[in-house]
Amino acid sequence: MRTTVCLSIVILAGTGGELLAAHAMKQSARLQVISGSAVGTLLQRAFRLGPMWVGLMLQALAFFTFLALLSWADVSFVVPATALNYVVGAAGSALFLREHVDRTRWAGVLLVCVGVAVICASEL
Amino acid sequence: MLQAYVMNDSKKPSLGTALLLALTIVLSAGGNFLLSSGMKQVGSVEASPLLAVVRAIGHAIGRAEIRVGILALLLWFICSLVVFSRIDFSYAQPASAVGYALVAFLGYAVLGEAVTAARWVGIGCICAGVTLIGRTPPRTTA
Repeated sequence: MRTTVCLSIVILAGTGGELLAAHAMKQSARLQVISGSAVGTLLQRAFRLGPMWVGLMLQALAFFTFLALLSWADVSFVVPATALNYVVGAAGSALFLREHVDRTRWAGVLLVCVGVAVICASEL
Repeated sequence: MLQAYVMNDSKKPSLGTALLLALTIVLSAGGNFLLSSGMKQVGSVEASPLLAVVRAIGHAIGRAEIRVGILALLLWFICSLVVFSRIDFSYAQPASAVGYALVAFLGYAVLGEAVTAARWVGIGCICAGVTLIGRTPPRTTA
């Protein structure tokens, strides 16, 4: 139970954090269109947005939960399982960022997920 | 030009975005490779006592390889953020998994590590997956 909860936190908080950072960057890029400013300003604006900081905190939470999880769970289970990030990332992109994830992209995401899991499992 | 930047509905990312995505893959793979290589030379770090951990981290950061690795990962983070502003997250995130294949290849070519059949299968799956994702439009939102 403890392992399932922590693994869910690692996957959901890690991917959620990345999705929020992506959301902040897209918002910042929309502002950039008005002024046409450089990459530095794009980043500066993104870091002024709440979702970016919440995203960074979620990624930190995912990282420390991952470290804690490794203290009792088998690394041969934990590391390949985190490849589920790609599936959660695609689902989150479709749900929250309103991206169009078609069947071809889903097939690609699933293949990448399997490939990462196989590589991670073979390295342990 | 800015209009084209925002409404990129083409099947391929622009050259600049493709190069930036490739840079994120190289920086991530290179950074992790350098950290891994540097930490192997530092040796195994014991979790206790705390002073020993702090000394080991200090020793590790003193190594040029580790510092370049950290710099590469910092640049990777910034480049990733810029990539997320340009193309779909559901396109960029799985595409960056090519880094896993690149690290395995670097291990094989540079460090002479053995690449097992399972690892080649994993690399094949990632490459096939990324090829499929590459056939979808890189940006589907305004």
